[in-house]
Parts: sequence; C-alpha cells; structure tokens
Amino acid sequence: MKQAVGFISTYSSDEFGICSALYELGGMVVMHDASGCNSTYTTHDEPRWYEIDSMIFISAISEMEAVMGDDEKLIQDIIETAEQLQPAFIAIVGAPIPYMIGTDLEAIAMVVEGETGIPSFGFAANGMQNYTKGISMALEAITKRFCTEAFQKTEQISANILGATPLDFSLNGSVDSIKTWLLEHGIGVNSCFAMGSSLEEIQSASKAHVNLVISYGGLEAAKLLKERFDIPYVVGVPFGRRYADILANKLKNAVQTGQSRIATQKIHQNAKKRLALIGETVFATSLASAIELEYDLDVRVFVPLDTKAELLRDGDEWTSGEDDLNERLKDVDGVIADPLYRPLCGQLEFYPLPHEAFSGRIYDKENPDLINRDLRYREETSC
Amino acid sequence: MLTRIGREEHTEGAKVMIRDAHFPAPFKQGLEYSSPARGTWNIVHTGMLIPESHQIFVCAQGCLRGVVLTAAEMDAMDRYSSVMIREENVIDGTMETLMIDGVTDVLHKLNYRPKAVLLFISCQHFFLAYDQSLVFDTLRERFPEIHFMDCYMIPTLRKSGLTPDQKMRLQLFSLLEPMEKDSKKINLIGSNLPISITSELVRLLNQNGYKLQLLNWCETFEDYMDMAESFFNLVYEPIGIPAAQDLEKRLGQQYRYLPFVFDFEQLERNYHKLTDDLGIERQNYKAYIEEAQTALKSAKQLIGDTYIAVDYTFTFRIMSFTKMLLLYGFCVTEVYADVFLPEEQADFDWIRQNYPDIQIISTNQPNMRYLPRNRDHKVLAIGQKAAYFTGTDYFVNVVESGGMFGFDGIRQIAELMKDAYLNEKPRKEIIQRKGYGCESCI
Repeated sequence: MKQAVGFISTYSSDEFGICSALYELGGMVVMHDASGCNSTYTTHDEPRWYEIDSMIFISAISEMEAVMGDDEKLIQDIIETAEQLQPAFIAIVGAPIPYMIGTDLEAIAMVVEGETGIPSFGFAANGMQNYTKGISMALEAITKRFCTEAFQKTEQISANILGATPLDFSLNGSVDSIKTWLLEHGIGVNSCFAMGSSLEEIQSASKAHVNLVISYGGLEAAKLLKERFDIPYVVGVPFGRRYADILANKLKNAVQTGQSRIATQKIHQNAKKRLALIGETVFATSLASAIELEYDLDVRVFVPLDTKAELLRDGDEWTSGEDDLNERLKDVDGVIADPLYRPLCGQLEFYPLPHEAFSGRIYDKENPDLINRDLRYREETSC
Repeated sequence: MLTRIGREEHTEGAKVMIRDAHFPAPFKQGLEYSSPARGTWNIVHTGMLIPESHQIFVCAQGCLRGVVLTAAEMDAMDRYSSVMIREENVIDGTMETLMIDGVTDVLHKLNYRPKAVLLFISCQHFFLAYDQSLVFDTLRERFPEIHFMDCYMIPTLRKSGLTPDQKMRLQLFSLLEPMEKDSKKINLIGSNLPISITSELVRLLNQNGYKLQLLNWCETFEDYMDMAESFFNLVYEPIGIPAAQDLEKRLGQQYRYLPFVFDFEQLERNYHKLTDDLGIERQNYKAYIEEAQTALKSAKQLIGDTYIAVDYTFTFRIMSFTKMLLLYGFCVTEVYADVFLPEEQADFDWIRQNYPDIQIISTNQPNMRYLPRNRDHKVLAIGQKAAYFTGTDYFVNVVESGGMFGFDGIRQIAELMKDAYLNEKPRKEIIQRKGYGCESCI
C-alpha cells in the first residue's frame, strides 16, 4: 500500500513549506491548527528559529471552535496581534482541520486585510501535501502581490535566486555559496527568494536580467516573472565544478536569448555503475548531472515529492513512496540519499546526503555544502 | 543573514505582576508562540516506555512529521511506522479501509512481530466519526497475537476533556487485564521519568517488603502486563490521576495521589496517609527533612540574592516550589507559566499576598517572540523555558521534576541549584533536545 510506511521518515508538509519560504520577509504567518504544527515546524523544519525572530504563530483552534466553525475568534486574534506587532503582511495557512471543516482562508484574509490595511493571504494548505507545494504557493503569492513594478534593470547582469529555503539547502552555507558563485561569474545577486533578502529587495525582482530556479518551489514564481517582466529563467543548482561552469554559461545565454532553460542533463545511460539519488527534483537532478559530468556513473534520480516531467532527465522518475522505492532500488548498485533512507538500502553502497525536509535537524552538522566545489566520490559500503 | 529582526518591546498581555494576575489563567487565549525549549516529553516518548511495542501513527503528513522525527531523534525508528492520510481518504470515506489495510501492510513489512501495537489516531478521525470498533476488532482478529492499544493525537481536544498528555498516560495502561492481586506489589504510575531510587518513598516501600514497579523499569512486555498484579497504585503527577482512576475501576487497584509539593508538613501528612492506606506504621522523616533543609540553606548561602526565574516545565507544582524558595529567602523574580493547576490556588494566593511584585510571564503569547532575552544581571533559571527567556546559561536542566521526589527530591534540587549557579551550561544545545532523559541524536 502506497500510504503505509514501515521504516522511513515523512517529508515536511505544505504548511511548513509556506512558513519556511516566508520566514525572513517580515510577515506574520498564522497556522490555523490546534497545537502540534507550530512546535513541529519550529523544532524540526526551521533551523533559524533560535537565532532569527520571525512571527510564526498558531491559532490554537479548539474542538468547539472547529465544530461551530467559529472564524470570528481567529480573525480577532489575528487583528489584535497584527496591531501589536505590525507585520509587513499576514499569511493565514490551512491545516488538516480547516480543510475538513471547509474554512475559507482566502475570505478570512480579505476580512483581515480590510480591518488592518495589511496585505493578507489565505493559503489552502492542508497538511496532506508536500512542503515543495507550500514553498511554491508562498513564493508565487509573494511574487503576484509584491512584484508588480517594472524597475529599470541593473547595469551589471544580475539574477534573482528562486526557491531557497533551509528545507532544501539547510544552513550549511550553500545559499551563500550560490551567491558567491554568481558573483565569480560576473552575475550580481539582485534578490534571493527567500533567504537573506528583505521583502523590499524581493519587490524589486524585475531589476534582474535572469532568474535562477534552485528548487521546485521556485518554478511558479519564475514563470510568473517571465510572464510579467519577460525575465528568462534557468533551472539548476551549481553543484561541482564542471556543472557549475555549464550552469553559469546557460544563465548568460538566457540573458542574451531571453530563452528559459532547464539546465540539468543526462550524461551516462550505461555507465559501469548505476546509483540512485533520492531527493527534491531540482536539487537531485542537478547533483546527478554534476556527478555524471565528473565520473563514469549512471545516476538515476527518484523524486518522492512534487515534480514535473520537464524537470526530469532520461531515466529519472517520480516515485510514490516506500514500496515503490524498494522496487526501484533493486536495479542500482548504490544510493545517495538522506540517512533516514538507509533502512531501504540493504547491502547497497550508501552515500548519506542529509536533507532537512526529510530528517529535520538530526544531521545538520554533517550536511555538506557542495556548491561549485570538487565532488569526491569514494566507493564505500555503509549500509 | 542571522540577525534578530528589531521590534519594540510590547509586554502588554504577556507579563503581569502576581498581585494583578487572574487564577488559574492569567493571560488571554489567542494566537500562540512556541519557544525552542523542547525538553518536555510528547506522546511518542511516553508510548516508547512499553517494552517490545511498536507505534503506528495514522495521520496527515504534517502531523506525522513531528512524531516520526521524535522517534528518529530518540533513535527508535525501528519501533515506529506510519500510515499517511491523503485528501481522498477524507473525501471518499475510506478511513476504515485505509487503517486496516495500512496497519496490516506495515505489520507484514516489519522483520519482527511486536507484542503490542500502539495505534494512534488523529483529529481527522474524530471529525470523520470513523468506526473505531470495526478497525480495532478487525485488526485483533487478523493479528490475535498482538495487543492493539488505541492511542490519540488529538490536540483539538486539549481545551476540553482530558488533555492529550492525560489521555496518553491513561491509555498507556489500558492493555492491563484483571489478575489475581499480589498484596506486596505496588505500581508507581503516571510519570514519564523514573523516580530516583534515593527517594525516601522508595526506601519506605522497600523497607516494608513491597516490590515497587514502574513502566520505566519493565524490561519485557510481560513485566508490563504483570503490573496488573499490583494491589495498589501510587501517582505523584496530577496528569496521571485519570489513569489511576481508570485502573481502580477496571482492575480494582486502589490508588493514592501523593503530589510532589514543596512543603515539608504536607509531604509528611501525605506519607502518613499512604502508610495508613497500606496498614503499616507511620514513619519518622525527621532526618530526611533536616537533610533537605540543610541543603536549601546551603544553596541560599551560596546563591544569595541572585535573581531566580522558574518555569512550569520544571515541576507541575510551580507555585508550591516558588513559595518554598521564597520561604528560604531566595530571590525569585519571574515565574514563567501560562496556566496553573487548580490545586495551586493556595500557594498562588500566598505568594500574591506576600510577594505581590513577582512577575508571572507567559511562555506562549505572540509578543514573547520579541521580548529581550537577556538581563543586565546574573540570573539563575530553574527550568529550560526560564533559561531561554532570561538568556542565562546558569540553569537547572530538569523537566517534570526529573524523577526527584519528596524530601530527598528537595535535597537534590537544592544541590542542582548550587551546581547551576556555579557552572554554565550550553543552553542552546541542551534546551532544544526533545524528551529530557531520552536518548537524543542531535
């Protein structure tokens, strides 16, 4: 059965993806849930929680409020807190119970905005979708609402980075390394959706010449910026040396041609050794491309999260869960994945690559920054 | 990138002097903030106390996230599985099928056969009014060798009826079945952490020939089931009382609630009630009391007038504890708590009357996110949340009394206060670990 999981972890969900994407933008995010969501997110999915203050709260909905459909208390609580804390925007995020009782979060957001004058969003998350969907929803909404003005382009070629959250990139310096890599290639960083940039910087996204999409969660925002300001986008993460150089050239090419590109590529179909790489689609396909460029390895990506056919390379596949993965891993010699996938790997070679959205904070200290640096492949049997 | 976002200090609604505080709930209920102090146990930690058991959670992805990583962080993934609820299960009314088939599938996958399965349902089941009897009856029929325990992760009910913690501690003993009673066996139930064996309570029972049994001390599932043999249950944490009441009703086990109050006379009176219950001679506790008092005086001598902050996660009787510290001359200035137990009323009133300027401070009001987390003077914190909010590295790292109890517990706490006053701890690293006393991979 696809939904029965005997041995492995559970990916972060849509409501936490929204929180993560909006965390640094000065808004107030209210998860409309009873209790557990708040501590789950802030404990396992938010490595910034201790050091960076952000207005992430929970509505603490009770049985009676849910049964009676009492939206008024939620509205008043949000207004009262917003008046005190004066956030830049308000995001009201759904969860399983609002989904089940049919709470109209967009309507609630309209009422809140009318009362406070603060831009407000209702997000129809329900805790039953992946965090990738949540990041996508949040970044698209922010883009739609705040990136409305066509600014003059920067003199130097510049890029927006789209889809950066600790859920995919941890706090191991990867996002800063991407910025450094861009600068080394003569591309300025206009903004980063949404780590290390203010809401004001994101509002002026149209200054950039190109967008770099580094996760599935950034793709819809990229499409919107293409549609609205004709900014081309390139999908890929600059892992390794050779792939990072190729990606930089594709960014420059996109600036020249205005054409958007998915920059991942399949190099080896029939190498002497086949590895599986399990993870988020843009991250995993980029890393697989980078590895194949440097080694005689056939790296097949298996994506247990939201993806699109156009993001997958030949041989890469979406996978529905533990049982499906078990089948697919019969055809490989080794696995690159989060350490909590180990129980599925038997005697296969295992290369641990922590993924915050799967194992949370457990392996934070062992999570490597692989951006624009030599990838060292060492045969080992770890399982 | 790692910078605090500046905000003006708004204390309104989050701090109140005890003279102006309402009992038992000093603060308005609204949006809630969650601080990073994570030492308190959750239902996964508690459930893992049953030996040779396996936990299966049937929940939405977002709800599973917290429990699976609790299991992972305590290195217990081999005792945890899940069945994920998807949108279609909510819409098409297939919850019973999902549960039966999902649990069956999980049990077939496992490379061992657990003796008990703790099967957790969630808020969604409650709102769908699914047929629980059908699910559990079918599973018991399919797997007659496994004991299935119905468990609940329903935080929507936390403000009505039993709280999730109370319910968990009640269900924890629901597999026990009536057995012939052994008049020399006594259980201590309702606590997550094992009682310190130096406690006079343990000595009292041992010296009078009783065998004390705790879930924490059970090595096998059979040890757990044998807890039904005990004729008497002791419970010293208030959230364990519903479990004791249930066992009295179902198994005929008498119980005695011995709250861990910080009042020597009341502790002694409670011990007398216990010995009367057991039909044994009342004991003399003078030596234990003197030892505890000496330890408190010694701590006071060292700590002097250093400001002290305490929080509700340290003990269920935080008002009683605060009163004791005040009586021994300690300078308690801040008490972090969002609500008080009804049984704290007398201690609350005493403090209000005698120390009206002590501040009661919320831990979950939204503006607690932005209050300054540092002080311009040394603070000794007792409890993880107090340490976090006051920004001190001088703190007693204990939750739920840490297994300390009675006069001996007070003595130990005084020693820990002295140690905390003298030695800094890595606050950020320590307080973010889940489940104080459990194994932690972080």
